[in-house]
Amino acid sequence: MKKINFTKLTPYFYVAPFFILFAVFGIFPLFYSIVLSFFKWTPSGPEKFVGFANYIRYFTKDPYFGRSVYNTILLLFTGSYVQHLFALPLAIMLNQKFVKGRDVLKTIYFIPNITSAVVVTIIFSMLFDEKFGFVNYIMETWFGLPEIHWLSSSPGIKATVSIILNWKYIGFYTILYLAGLQAIPSELYESAHMDGANVWQQHLKITIPLLLPVIFFALSISTINGLQLFDEPFILTGQYSRMGGVDNGGLTTTFYLMFLGFRLGRFGRASAVAWLQFFIILGFTVVLRLIINKFDYTIEKKEK
Amino acid sequence: MDMTDSAVLASRRNSGGEFSLLKPGRILTYIVLVLLALAFAFPFYYVFVLASWPNDNIFVWPPHLLPGPAFVDNYHALFEQVDFYRNLFNSAAIATLATVTIIFFCTMGGAAFALYELKGKKTLFSLMLLTYMIPGSLSIVPFFKIINVLGWYNTWLPMIIPGMANAFGIFLMTQYIKPAVPIDLMDAARIDGMSEFGILLKIIFPLAKSGISVLGILTFIGSWNTFLFAYIMLPDEKLTTFPVVLAKLFSKTSGGYGALMVGNAIALIPLIIVLLFFSKQIIAGITEGSLKG
Repeated sequence: MKKINFTKLTPYFYVAPFFILFAVFGIFPLFYSIVLSFFKWTPSGPEKFVGFANYIRYFTKDPYFGRSVYNTILLLFTGSYVQHLFALPLAIMLNQKFVKGRDVLKTIYFIPNITSAVVVTIIFSMLFDEKFGFVNYIMETWFGLPEIHWLSSSPGIKATVSIILNWKYIGFYTILYLAGLQAIPSELYESAHMDGANVWQQHLKITIPLLLPVIFFALSISTINGLQLFDEPFILTGQYSRMGGVDNGGLTTTFYLMFLGFRLGRFGRASAVAWLQFFIILGFTVVLRLIINKFDYTIEKKEK
Repeated sequence: MDMTDSAVLASRRNSGGEFSLLKPGRILTYIVLVLLALAFAFPFYYVFVLASWPNDNIFVWPPHLLPGPAFVDNYHALFEQVDFYRNLFNSAAIATLATVTIIFFCTMGGAAFALYELKGKKTLFSLMLLTYMIPGSLSIVPFFKIINVLGWYNTWLPMIIPGMANAFGIFLMTQYIKPAVPIDLMDAARIDGMSEFGILLKIIFPLAKSGISVLGILTFIGSWNTFLFAYIMLPDEKLTTFPVVLAKLFSKTSGGYGALMVGNAIALIPLIIVLLFFSKQIIAGITEGSLKG
């Protein structure tokens, strides 16, 4: 009898660690951050209840928040979404039957992804150095371009961060898409070929629709990670001291949140930023979902 | 269209391709693939180039393309500033501890969802997945306060304990355990008098091997590279991880870029060695992990 009772309790013991840890380190901070966001906090502690003032200030008098949201969303497109336009064709190229050395190529494409963001950013700051960097050298001697201000102008910082992110993640998504492509039965392409579909039509009618779940999944990770971007711009632009470099070009929302919370000790304002950021992420995720659903629907309709 | 027709068509397609159409396409494909490989690999090479030039000669015009003579000098300069191997050791130790605990607790949680009767299982499972959607930056400020209250600031604990039973890991392990462990086998073991914990250790763990290796690889790499968390929770130079120390060196750079680049180079070496031996498993692990997750 006792043994059976214990067997019944076992699964509760097994899932308990997750729910206990989540209660302490997940739920509690979540509610706590709501509370925090309604108070004025200084490095010495809570001062007074201020209601929505911490939120309202970002729409009225604090220009940095708006700037950080603008930077983050711009970088989401140039640094996180654009790479899918490279990764998918690259995966299709790699997936061609005749390609030899696929595993070696995959490994090389993939190394950047598992390299520490700090190491990567330091390397790129050297490559993109304005006076002596390798990139400007190529630009000037091969293409005759003037010195490009990669690190001392707002568009330059964004371009550099975007290039870093593309370099770091194209390989990852290529391999993800490649795995998705390999799951598509090759008979589909063969029969499409018989029906006279050219390569473009085949990819448009077979590859993209069948890969849609993988694409949605990949774009979702891109969105969530992209909107929380921190490491690369933070290190590239000299950490807290310069708040994202020239014209705050590299100041992302998470960067600003960290700056308020951990540099200034303004936990209330930082928490308000965190919640506004949460709603931005939520909004993007919902819109993405709606777009994909619409796609799915039109495909089904056509097939019918 | 019968078999012979399609065979003729196929052979035509092949012969046409052999001589005219496919070859230039193939060459173009290879050119693109190899150029990209070079673009992805070049920055790694460049680290070793910069790491080997003396400080007063790193930044020159035209930039160096070949390694120089000062790697050893830069190496000594680095270790005059920081005990870098200690930080690499810290990173490895934290990543190992995180991996071991995550494997243990997530396999346990996964077993509960995959193999046991659990009241409100579906609700609990979706509740767990919902928690996975919460962005980490949302609660980082109060999280920091909790760590302080617990007295865990400047220890390894915040890097290991809060994440050791996490939603992604349990979800992944549930997916792997469900088809891998037969319930009959567990019942047979119970009849033989094996305890539930014995079943977990002796039956579920061995059978969940492939899932464990995927989760282990993902966790180790994630923990090894983590920056933001270590930067906030673990500032002590003796206790902290290598990315934090490199970021600090980079922001000072008073010790010279040569030494900094040696640090980067040393940090890359374990990665390169691991990839030489395990690239297939790592790539398989990460794709499976993300596609299942």
